[in-house]
Parts: sequence; structure tokens; C-alpha cells
Amino acid sequence: MSWLATLRIALNALRVNKLRSMLTMLGIIIGVGAVITMIAVGGGAQARVEEQIRSLGANVMMIVPGSTTSTGIRLGSGAAQTLTEDDARAIALEVEQVQAVAPTLRGSGQLVYGNSNWSTQIYGATPEYFEVREWALVSGRMFEPQELSGAAKVALIGQTTARQLFGENVPLESVVDQTLRVRKVPMTVIGVLDRKGQSAIGQDQDDVLFVPLSTARNRLFGAPQGKLRRVGTISIKVREDADMKLTEERIRELLRQRHRLQPGQDDDFTVRNLTEMLQAQEASSRILSLLLAAVASVSLLVGGIGIMNIMLVSVTERTREIGLRMAVGARSRDILMQFLIEAVTLSLIGGLAGVVLGVAGSYLVGQFAGWPTVMKAEAVLLAVGFAAAVGVFFGFYPARKAAQLLPIDALRYE
Amino acid sequence: MDTPIIRTRELCKQYVMGDTVVRALDGVSIDIASGELVAVMGPSGSGKSTFMNVLGCLDRPTSGHYELAGEPVENLTADQLAAIRNRRIGFVFQQFNLLPRTSALENVELPLMYTDMARAERHAHARRRLEQVGLGERLDHHPRQLSGGQQQRVAIARALVNDPLLILADEPTGALDSRTSLEVMALLQRLNRDGITVVLVTHEQDVAAFAGRIIHFRDGRVLSDRAHAPSDAQARLDRAEPAGAAT
Repeated sequence: MSWLATLRIALNALRVNKLRSMLTMLGIIIGVGAVITMIAVGGGAQARVEEQIRSLGANVMMIVPGSTTSTGIRLGSGAAQTLTEDDARAIALEVEQVQAVAPTLRGSGQLVYGNSNWSTQIYGATPEYFEVREWALVSGRMFEPQELSGAAKVALIGQTTARQLFGENVPLESVVDQTLRVRKVPMTVIGVLDRKGQSAIGQDQDDVLFVPLSTARNRLFGAPQGKLRRVGTISIKVREDADMKLTEERIRELLRQRHRLQPGQDDDFTVRNLTEMLQAQEASSRILSLLLAAVASVSLLVGGIGIMNIMLVSVTERTREIGLRMAVGARSRDILMQFLIEAVTLSLIGGLAGVVLGVAGSYLVGQFAGWPTVMKAEAVLLAVGFAAAVGVFFGFYPARKAAQLLPIDALRYE
Repeated sequence: MDTPIIRTRELCKQYVMGDTVVRALDGVSIDIASGELVAVMGPSGSGKSTFMNVLGCLDRPTSGHYELAGEPVENLTADQLAAIRNRRIGFVFQQFNLLPRTSALENVELPLMYTDMARAERHAHARRRLEQVGLGERLDHHPRQLSGGQQQRVAIARALVNDPLLILADEPTGALDSRTSLEVMALLQRLNRDGITVVLVTHEQDVAAFAGRIIHFRDGRVLSDRAHAPSDAQARLDRAEPAGAAT
């Protein structure tokens, strides 16, 4: 018998028992819908972490000042400014795995332009910082060496800050060469930074203003503290081929030595391997999405058992029909194919309806829960393929049962 | 003389029921020539149904020899038997065995579905057979919309659609009233006159009277086998119902 004819028989049989077919499909519909939704949610979480890794820049480490102990009272991390520009220079010179070292000073301050003002994060930084973060300019230029050494009154502006100060729809090129007041110090905008989006902790990284490190120290955040030229954070970009762990260890040793820490004494700084943290997060979100998909596929399996159940009922109900078909010339494999195709048709139609449900489900999750979702064609194909496989797997036993009937027994069945 | 269409030699069929062995067929040797209309009679349990099932290749004998149109069938595989049922034999059952919720045309087409005939050709064959049994107007009716006699005629059209050598009818009038029984028998007689061999099982003397040969079974053996002058079902119909009345 031709495939088309068999398919028509299958569709006919399913149509005759509409309600039953639909209830049976429901298991597959829910299963496929759940698999697709879960993969979309998991994929969304993964995509967000990947996006964060991209926005952080590859192979980034951060050194932040650690706690200090003074007269027995241990202060929290960052309480002391233990890092200096010389530390940064020493790391750049002595740790060969390091590609770029960027000391920064951070503070906040009010910006004023015309009659608008805006409070934002202000970073004192060097051009290396933008190399570490892989952060480009969309307009204007980078700090010049003499501006860095001379504490020039120039600034690079993030896009959120630019919009807040200069208006929502201002062309970014026109921001360059404008003068604004930063903590009452007039400064000229020399460049606009590319959009960076949210950080790993959900901060808007474009709500920012950069000035040369020396400018921040000398003009914005008070007088120099002694002769050591302290900095807040040192960001480091490690070479592509270097081992992050080993590099971290080298940096620790170097800093302990420079800070004259005795063996057994706590570090007065902390090295944070951000890329590694995010990669761990990515791995865990990947595991999570696998887990979700696995749980969802259990419902697909349950749906398959429903198909097997209903196909067994159908074979029993139609024993006389099977007998008749055999009497007029159907071979075992014709009967096998008939019931197998019926089961697969059931699961495939359910699978396609499940795709609709899954797409709608991911959309709703995105809309109402606010989770990012990523719909992948592979996930859809996988789910539908899996549904078809479930139909074949669970349809085979009932179909074989039908095919193994003896014509005479099937015809006589009451 | 031509090869008989059916030739059985010492056909035996045994069933084990509990701890007794039932000999449903106990050495049946019969020849049926092409073009005969044979009635097989006997009380229930006499083996006549088993004999029919073996003749129809639905069941295998325990021992003995069976040739259908000169071809021995006892050693054929299940698929080969299916092919023989498909091409050589047409079945008519007491309960019609039509597929419900399926049109008369599709019911008749069913045996052709298991051949490689194209769809249009299948339709044409099925339509011609339905016209032949007088149901050309009811191609799209479902069995539920047809009377018992009409359903049995659909079943006969289905039995004919593959141009079989042999029609096996198991109590074809068992579920019909006497008038429709007459109609069905008239149809079978007409087909027989056109050259198809018909073997029918019945326990009604009235029905057997239309056959040209009556074989009696008892306890799995042939009790008697004799020629018989068949009465004409169509003539009986015409007498019962004056010409011109609606059918």
C-alpha cells in the first residue's frame, strides 16, 4: 500500500475518534511545548551571560584593595587604598603573561551642561583600560599622552550620560568638543564611547564618564595622598594563550613582595578573575537549561506512553478490521505500517501543535516574567524530531501486536 | 479435463482444547472444478467453517494437501498467502465486515489498496463492480446508510474487485431476511453463470437449493457429496414480485 494511502487511513482513523486523538496528543503537545519553552529560557539565560562576557572583555582580571587590620579591627574589602600606580607598572613589567594593565580611580560626581545636570560614575583611567575592556570609541579620540601626564581637563563620555546631559536624540558627533562641568571643573568632551549595555550585576555600564587618571586624582577626588599615587582598582588583560590561574598566582606573589607582607599575613588586596567567574556562571546556566529540557522531555515520554496506551486500545477495537484487511490481502507489514503511521501521525501533529504552544509559551515568559528567551530552530527541530521518535518507539509495540495477529483469529474476534 | 480450481487430499486440521484434541477436519479430499456453485452444509461443529478457512488460505491445515488452481499452498509463507487471498479469492462474510464510516466505493476498493494499482484505476474498478451489483447510485454511502442486503452487495462487489477465481461465502444470507437472501443468491448465481466459481457455507436447505452441488460435512468428514439441480433465485424473485415494482 502506498504511503499516501496509509496516511489517509491514519488521518481517517484519528478523525473518527476526534476527542480521544486530541487527548492523546495533549501529552505530546505539552511535552514539545515544554521542551521548546525550556530550551528558549535556558538559551536566553546563557545568551545573557555570554553577552556579559563579551561586554567585560576576554581574559580580564581585577585587583581590588583588600582589607587592612589596624589595631585589631579588620575593615572590609576596599577599605584601604593599598594599590598604587607603581604596582600597576610593576605588574606590566614583570608578569609576562599580562597584555595590558589599567589602574583606575573611581568616584561619583555631578555633571552640569547648560541647564541639565546628572550624577554619574567618574573613572580616572588610562587608554589601557579601554584595551582591557575591549571598549571602542564611536566618535572623537582617545586621551593623548600629554593629557595623561598633565592632568588635562578632557573627558570621554558614556552614551547614557551623553543622552542624559545633551538630550535623548542628540547626534553623538555633536557631543564632542562640548564643555561640561564635572564637580564644578570645566572639562571638554573629546570622545563618545561605544554602547556596552548591562554589567553582570545589572548596572548600566554606559552611565559613566572617563577622565585621565591624573586629572581624577589631582582635580576631582582631592589632593594627592602622599607620594605613592594610590589607585582604586587595577584591571588586567591576560594574553590569549596564557593560563589565568598561573597569572593570578604570579601577580599575587609580586604584590605580596611589593607590599612587604610576611608569610602567614593576609593579602591586602584581592585578585578577581572575572572571566572565570562568568564562565562558571555560563556553565551553570548551561547545565540549568539542560536540566530544564530533560525535565520537559519526561513529559514527552509520558505523552508517548499515552500514545502507546491508546494505540493498544485502537488495535483491540479494530481487530476485526485487521482481520478483514488481512483476508483481502494485507500483509503483516502493511498492518504494521498502518498502525505505526497512525501513531507517528498522532505524535507529529501533536508535535507541531506543541511547537506553536512552545513559541507562544517562550514569548509569554519573555513578556511577563521578563526573562530573556532565545528561540532556536535547532530546538524546534529537535523537539519535533523527538516527538516523531516517540511516536515510532511507542507505536511500534501496538503495531507489531496488530501485525502478528493471525487473520483467522482477527476475523473471528468478537 | 481442466485442473480443478480446488483439490484437497486428506486435509486434516486439529485443535487442542484443554486436554482434548478436536479434529475439525479429518481427512477431507474434494475436487471442485472451475465454474461450479457448491454449497457446503452441516451442523455446527461439523468442520465446514474450518474447511472454508483453509480453502480461503486464512488458516493452515495440520496435514494434507491443498492445491488452488494447480498451485500447492500448504508451504507458502504468510506473505505469499496474503498475495493469494488478494488476487485469487473473494470473501463474503455473514456479518458483511465492511469498514464503518467508509464509503461503499472505498470499501470495495480495499483489496486494491494492497496492490500497486494507481488511484484512478482503483476507483474505476470499484465503481464498475458496484454498478455490477446494482449499487452504482450509492458509491458515497456509508454502510450505516445502507440496508443489510445493500451492505452484502457492497461486500460482494468487494469480493469481485480483484477478478478472483473463487468466491468463498460464509453464511452470506445468515444476517438477511428471506427476500434479501433471495436477492443475494440471485446475484451469486448470476456471477457464477458469468464464470466465477462460488463455494458457500450455509446451514439453510433453502439457500443450498440454489447450488449445483451440495457437500455435507459431519465430524470433520465428508458425509455426502452430490450434484443437485439448482433452482433459479431470480425466477423466484420475479414470481414473488411482479415486474415493474420498485426494487
